[in-house]
Formats: sequence, structure tokens, C-alpha cells
Amino acid sequence: MNRSLLLLATVALAFAQAPVPEIPYDSAPNLLKLPTALYLGEVPGVAVDSHGNIFVYTRTGSTNATMGGSRTFTHGGSRLFEFAASGGFVREIGQGLYGLDFAHAVRVDPQDNVWVVDQASNMVIKFSSTGQVLMTMGRKPESINVGTPEGGGGGGRGRGGPPGAGAPGDNFNQPTDVAWDTAGNIFVADGHGNARIAKFDKNGAYIKSWGSKGKEPGQFDTPHSLAVDGQGNVYVADRVNNRIQVFDNNGTFKTQFTNVGSPSAICISKGPHQYLYSSNSNGTGDLDNGEIYRMELDGRVLGKFGRAGKLPKEFSGVNEMDCRNPNELYVAETMNWRVQKITLHP
Amino acid sequence: MYTGRQMRRHQSFCRAAAVLLFAATAFAQTPALTPAQIAAKAKAQNVPEIPFDSAPNFLKLPPNLYLGEGIGVAGNSKGHIFVFTRSQATRLFEFDQKGTYLREIGEGLYGFVFAHAVRVDPQDNIWAVDEGSNMIIKFNPEGRVVMVFGRRPESVDGLPATLGPAAPVPPAQPYLFNRPTDVTWDANGNIFVSDGYGNSRVVKYDKNGRFITSIGTKGSAPGQFNLPHSIASDAKGNIYVADRTNRRVQVFDNDLTFKASYDNVGAPWALCVTPGTHQYLYSSNSNPDNNNSEIAAVTGEIYKMELDGTIVGKFGKAGKQLGEFSTVHEMDCHGGENDLLVSEITAWRVQRITLHPQQAVTGKPQ
Repeated sequence: MNRSLLLLATVALAFAQAPVPEIPYDSAPNLLKLPTALYLGEVPGVAVDSHGNIFVYTRTGSTNATMGGSRTFTHGGSRLFEFAASGGFVREIGQGLYGLDFAHAVRVDPQDNVWVVDQASNMVIKFSSTGQVLMTMGRKPESINVGTPEGGGGGGRGRGGPPGAGAPGDNFNQPTDVAWDTAGNIFVADGHGNARIAKFDKNGAYIKSWGSKGKEPGQFDTPHSLAVDGQGNVYVADRVNNRIQVFDNNGTFKTQFTNVGSPSAICISKGPHQYLYSSNSNGTGDLDNGEIYRMELDGRVLGKFGRAGKLPKEFSGVNEMDCRNPNELYVAETMNWRVQKITLHP
Repeated sequence: MYTGRQMRRHQSFCRAAAVLLFAATAFAQTPALTPAQIAAKAKAQNVPEIPFDSAPNFLKLPPNLYLGEGIGVAGNSKGHIFVFTRSQATRLFEFDQKGTYLREIGEGLYGFVFAHAVRVDPQDNIWAVDEGSNMIIKFNPEGRVVMVFGRRPESVDGLPATLGPAAPVPPAQPYLFNRPTDVTWDANGNIFVSDGYGNSRVVKYDKNGRFITSIGTKGSAPGQFNLPHSIASDAKGNIYVADRTNRRVQVFDNDLTFKASYDNVGAPWALCVTPGTHQYLYSSNSNPDNNNSEIAAVTGEIYKMELDGTIVGKFGKAGKQLGEFSTVHEMDCHGGENDLLVSEITAWRVQRITLHPQQAVTGKPQ
């Protein structure tokens, strides 16, 4: 290798490894105050409304299986709680609801409606701010199958087509997240099973979908979280492909960001200058990585904070983030069974 | 009516029968052990019996509240008693030092699936070990969850296939358990987990929950395990592991280097180490939980030992009555060498045992 090439390689390497600035931050201690006999389980979802109320979608208790002849039916296993901005418990929403089986995400739209995404019922459910069910999307499978020792058969998935096929249409296969553009169009990340993004109008009518399982631009391997910016661009956390893909409002691929690890959760702040946050969450069996990146919408990394762990200010299994305000993040941790309110001091 | 000859014959028959009966009775008092009993009986011989009694009606439950299988029991620094039980749901109850019911902790908790053990650390945090969810939950003294270990498998995949016992066990991962059994701590707050029915290892974490090291695969060599079922630590940070199916207590230093093995106290189901300057190790050779009366006849006793393995004495036997034991599953001896809490699987109860070792010395019944 000649000298100039070596120098070039060294410079390139140094550039790639340029340290990302650490952003100082705090975590509010004992944020959520639960009544005596109420406990959070895994917390995949957290969202905040325009008044600062906090909505927590949690896997709590056990799913009930009812044996009925040749079929097995399930219900329960997840609950939606509302807390005041101070963290005081306000109420439960949707207690005993048919579609609250295995929590994955909760989001609040610009009109303060509360949307939950359930991975096992394969449904997206829209509640009004007063807790009434306004709209349902997808359909819960009537029954689940039981696995055999030879494999296969287990699972309640599949209404939305075979895994990875990117089947179009109104039904989901383990959906993961929901977002809206300023016109009210609905975007659903679908998801652990179906590997596509689906677009609906504000009334829930299906418009189109794009993607299937794969590594090419416009393909996905577990689209796990999504967000829409003020211009209607759609950001998809393509988790197993270790990238964030950006699409225009009609699903045309624009660009991708590949330098922030494996994005499990993303959010975009409101206001004239929007920021994109992305969590490189640790996996189920490790305490590796775990840092959260702060980025410009064009992908430039501004800084990062945090690491995987079990203490306050550490994170384990971050599954959803709310960043309505740019320096104030609500972080839902699957493996730490909690929500942290993070204040950044950039 | 007897003739004289018939009478004599009858008397002679009776005498013979009486002799036979006497011999049979005498024989029954020292029965020959079956091969299964010989295998199950502890090797230790001529161990002194420690007199003891069991507090009657110890735990007082409100109406409509019942214990199921008595899987776990532990006490805190105030003498409060925590009972982890398999009822319709797995539940954790707190009682005061007199056995009066105080409250339930973790009702409906995501990690409560199939109870295995509960322990209280030196700061009075309550740790529940659940072999169904594969999790260990740390509650603060107020009963709120402050840290969780392991992860419950996601239910989104529906009802998975039930794999047979011959199915291979996947490789152990630092932060996941496979039917964990028990937890203990050293003086620095490092956490030691026996894991368990699926994995055959002991894992050490620091006080913040970060993995440090682990030891063990399935087997019978030193440092291997065949069902590590209970774990305890002494003041020096040595770790005692009840290697149940291997019928031995293994001792490790704080870095989990093998030190010693005590193989003469039967199958150790439950261990505890007393506090204080002179610490003792208790180990229960519990009768099997399958109601096997043949084995129960030669098991069920609890051993008191020095930390070096020297046996001090033993007490108890298998049975359903107060002061007998029905598959002891966990013991707590935070109250000192003469005050033990004992939870039993098949009797659905907790007993408070008071030992009277001075009676054994003087031989005077009180």
C-alpha cells in the first residue's frame, strides 16, 4: 500500500470514529406514582399529550387462555394507564378491552387522541382524550394456535399475511407503531410480522403500503418504530437492518442513516426546528449499547446520552420514546419495567 | 369344645404365633432398607437429635385468603415474614413477627407466574425468584419494584410447544435465566443467583445488576451442578450451593472458585446461613414432593452444620403433623441458630421452628 493511500485510510478511519459528543442529562426520580396494588410490568409504550399527561401502555399480569373445544382463546395481559404531568396516577383506560393483549406502543396525535398498538391482537385502537374508543384498525385473531414439538403452529399472528411478505391491506401482523402527517393520514409500522409500512387516510381507509422483508432500500427487517416530520416525510426504524430509512409522504425512498446502531425507538420533536432521536437499545440477553442519539432530520448526529443498565439514568430495552419537547424525553423501558423522564442539558 | 390334646396344640400354636409376632415386631423396628431407601438416606451416621418445637397456628390469614404450596419464606430485620406461594396465582404476602397478616405485595405482577423462592437482603429489600417467568424481582421495603433480572418470554407467540425433557438446553446467556431457583448476596451487595432447573450454573452480578462471572454446567464434577436448588452466603463472602440431585452442598469462594463439597447430608433442597459471629449452615434433606412414602420414611430431616461441614445435629422427619416436614422448600434463619422459618411444598404452610439444643446437652426433658 503506498503512503498516500495509507494516509487516506487513516484519515477515513479517524473520521468514522470521531467521537459523538455526550449530552449531559438528568432523570426525574420516582416519576410515576402508582396506587398501592397497581404495578407496571414491561413498559413498551409511553406518550405525552398537549397538557403533559402521560400515557403508559404496559404488559402487566398474565394473558388468560380459555380452552374451547378445538380452539384456544386469549384475552388480557396489557393495560393502559394515564398519569398527570406530576406523575400522579389518574386512571386506567380500556380496562378489559378486547384488543389489549400484548402492548407495543402508545402515541398521542395532535388532537390529543390516544392510540395504542397491540402486537398480539394485531390491532391499532384510537381512543378519544376522554377514553372512548373512536376507531379500530386491524382485527384480533379469533383464536390462537398451539405449537407442536415438531415446531410451528404456535402464535396468534398471521391475519395480515405470511411473515415478511409485506402483504397489502387493512390487516396487520404484529404491528409496532403508528404516526400521522399534518393532514391526518395514518402510518402504521407493520411490524414484527409483515415488514411493511401502511398508509391510511384520516378516516381509516386504506391507501397503500410499501416494503417487504429484505435489506434493499424500501425493504425492512423489523420496522420497529416510525415518526413523521412537519413536511410529511416518514422515518422508519429498520431495526435489524441497523438503519433509519426516510421516505416521502407517498413511500418513495429518500435516504437512510446507518451510523446510529440498531434503532428500536425513534421520535421527532415538535416546533420549527425538529430533532430526531433514536435509541440503540440493548437486546434481551445483554446490557450492551443502550445509548440514545440526537440528530438533525438530515441525519447529522448532534450528540448522544445514556447506556444500557438497570440504574436510574441507564436504559434497558428502550421500546418507545416521546419527545414532544426537544430537550425533554419520556423513555419506556421494556426490560426495566419503568418510564424515565429525561431532561437534556445540551 | 376343645379336647385336651386340641387345647395343648392350640396353646402351643399360640405360643409359637406370639413368638413369631414378637419377632416380626422387633424386625419391623429395625427394617431392612430397600435399595431406593439406601440411596436416599443421608450418609451421616449417629447424628445427635436436636429437640425442637413448632409454633402452633403460626400464620394467621384473613378469611378468604389461603396459602397454596409453601414455596418461599423469608424474614426481614423487623421480624416481618414474607411468604411466596403458589395459589391460583403466584402471590407474595407479608406478615408481622407474630404471624399476623399485613398485606399482599406485587398483586397481579407480570413476573409472578410460578413461585420458587423469596429472600430479604440486608437492606430489607425483598427479592422474589420465579421459575415460571424466569425472573428475579427486587422490591424495596415499601413493596415497589426497583430492579428486575432475567426476562419473561414474550407471550405474543401464543402457546409454544412443550418440549420434552430430552430437548437440548440452549446456551446460557449472562442476563437470562432458565428456571432460576434462589438468590443471595455478599457483604458488598454482589448478587448470586442459582440458575437452576434449566441452566446448571451460579451467576454473580454486581450490586447494580451487571454480570461479573458464572460457573457451572450440568454434571457431577466439582463446580458442575445437577439442579442447584438453593444458595446462601457467609460473612466472608463464600457461597454455598445446594446441588440437590448430586446430593451435595458445594462451597465456592467469592469469585466462584470451588472450595469444598459436603456430601453426607442427603439431597439438599434448602439452605440458610445464620447471622452473627459464629455462623451455622442449615440444610434440609427434604422428602420428595411426589408423596413417595418409601423415600419419605428415610428423609425429611434438617441438619445443623458448622460452615466447614461438620455436622452439629439434626431434627425433624417427614410427615404432615405440626413439627413434621412435608417437603421443605425454603428455610430462613435470619433469627439466629435456634429460630427457623420453614416453608413446605406439600403441606401448604410455613412453620416457625424453635430449637432447644441445651436439652440435648443436659438430656433433661422440659
